[in-house]
Amino acid sequence: MFSALAHAAGLLVLVLLGTIIVLLFVGGLPAFRAFGAGFLTSSAWNPVTNHFGALVSVYGTVVSSILALIMAVPLAFGVAFFLTELAPGWMRRPVGTAIELLAAVPSIIYGMWGFFVLAPLIGTTIKPWLASTLGHVPVIGDVFRAIPGDSSIFTAALVLAVMITPFIAATMRDVFLTVPVIFKESAFGLGCTPWEVVWSVVLPTTRASVIGGIMLGLGRALGETMAVTFVIGNTNRINPSIFAPGNTIASLVALEFPEAESGSLQLSSLLALGFILFVISFIVLAISRMLLPQRGRV
Amino acid sequence: MSSTILAEMPRADAKTAAGLGRRRRNADRLARAFAVLATLVALAFLASILITLLYLGVPGISLHLFTTITKAPGSQGGLANAIVGSIVQAGLGTLIGTPIGLMVGTYLAEYAGRTKLGTAVRFVSDILLSAPSILIGLFIYQMVVAPLGGFSGFAGALALAILVIPIVVRTTEDMLRLIPVSLREAAIALGAPRWKTIVFICYRAALDGLLTGVLLAVARVAGETAPLLFTSLGNSDYSGLGSAMASLPVTIYQYAASAFDDWVQLAWTGALLITIGVLAINIVARFVVRRR
Repeated sequence: MFSALAHAAGLLVLVLLGTIIVLLFVGGLPAFRAFGAGFLTSSAWNPVTNHFGALVSVYGTVVSSILALIMAVPLAFGVAFFLTELAPGWMRRPVGTAIELLAAVPSIIYGMWGFFVLAPLIGTTIKPWLASTLGHVPVIGDVFRAIPGDSSIFTAALVLAVMITPFIAATMRDVFLTVPVIFKESAFGLGCTPWEVVWSVVLPTTRASVIGGIMLGLGRALGETMAVTFVIGNTNRINPSIFAPGNTIASLVALEFPEAESGSLQLSSLLALGFILFVISFIVLAISRMLLPQRGRV
Repeated sequence: MSSTILAEMPRADAKTAAGLGRRRRNADRLARAFAVLATLVALAFLASILITLLYLGVPGISLHLFTTITKAPGSQGGLANAIVGSIVQAGLGTLIGTPIGLMVGTYLAEYAGRTKLGTAVRFVSDILLSAPSILIGLFIYQMVVAPLGGFSGFAGALALAILVIPIVVRTTEDMLRLIPVSLREAAIALGAPRWKTIVFICYRAALDGLLTGVLLAVARVAGETAPLLFTSLGNSDYSGLGSAMASLPVTIYQYAASAFDDWVQLAWTGALLITIGVLAINIVARFVVRRR
């Protein structure tokens, strides 16, 4: 009886994921039917003329998440390096806990903080600096061109970076600690500096898990909604500059879904976007899970 | 000693060796400085968030906040219905999600082992753990809200329950795996059936850990906004589970971006309350584990 209940619960989880995928797909079917493969390549999003496409929001989702990773990965690696090799014993637990608490802050708080504190700060510091230096470089200059307004893909990416740094750092710390002490001591015995031990012994030993942790952070960034909605500007246009406003799948759905009429093509297009986001996240999370050390193998 | 060795070396080699040593030392110093800086930056983010919340949120704290419902701008509203709505939805969501998660975790730790079904369930549960929460909101909208023809607090609680399940699954499985096999064997040797061994021996031994999982799940769903946007929607008054229901995160979301000073103030105070609550539960959960 108890065993049957446990098995049923296990099956329920499988059915749950299956139902989520099917319902999102079925909901998006009218949009997929109306636009075909063109849904993925169209940059339109017009509730008046009923033309919808996924290109802009998919672009915003991918670009903001990748930018966030570029900023978060070095930061998280630094934190993990500090917590595993450099910090004195008494400091490891409180600092580690503080980093974990950063991961527990609700995403809407990140949104408000990003909007009221981080966005104005970027507008007066990082943006003018990048625009006046890299902005004049030929070819890539357009990417850093200053555009008025504090809401931008870059702002969203920075908020996302702050959000995923603790996740990646905690994963890296945990896998760094699984490296056998004898490996590290052998390297120290050969005269390696702490940096050389981490770079040439710890990192190569844990490479798969570290990439898995990074993918986990990417998975979080792709689907993050509230924090992004506050700071990305919510404009359905692709601009080469990272300081231009844009949108992501999640922010577009959060903003327009409550206003879309049931049964409308707009609602269906939003569900189709949800399906696309699910597929992207699923792939990223599946890769992450293949790389991270598995439970239940012991 | 070292100077004599250097003196005996050919001049160019000694120079290279010293240069190499300096380069390695400098690289090490640079990397260490970067690691310290990265940690300080991460801690500064946490500090900045907390200071901002305290600075903008504390001025709005009063008894009035907890006794008055949300009102039109300019008419001295509070957050009472939002707070109650959040507690009801997070509570009900945890109540629904915890038993399911517990059973799935038990299945994975005690029955599944490395079977194909077990591997699949573990994989799916991990995917659900990190899946975008807004998609859970869309799912419940399609599954519950659209067919029943209206937003409801119950739908919100269901969405939160789906977020609770994978968190409880993971902690349950991890905690049950820490229970030594000898404990189970002792119970079975005394003639206890398997379910009794699990419920009265394993659950009891892992109680602290299981409780931590539930606490972390509560902390996670208490701050969730996206899955409630399309399920419980929000309400400007107290309401039952059958109709649209207010929640603290959604109210904050609506108020923070508004043009009215008193609403923005309520948003910041609400944000402070949620953050303090969530962080406090997290810290308590840590102490529960450490007590063992």
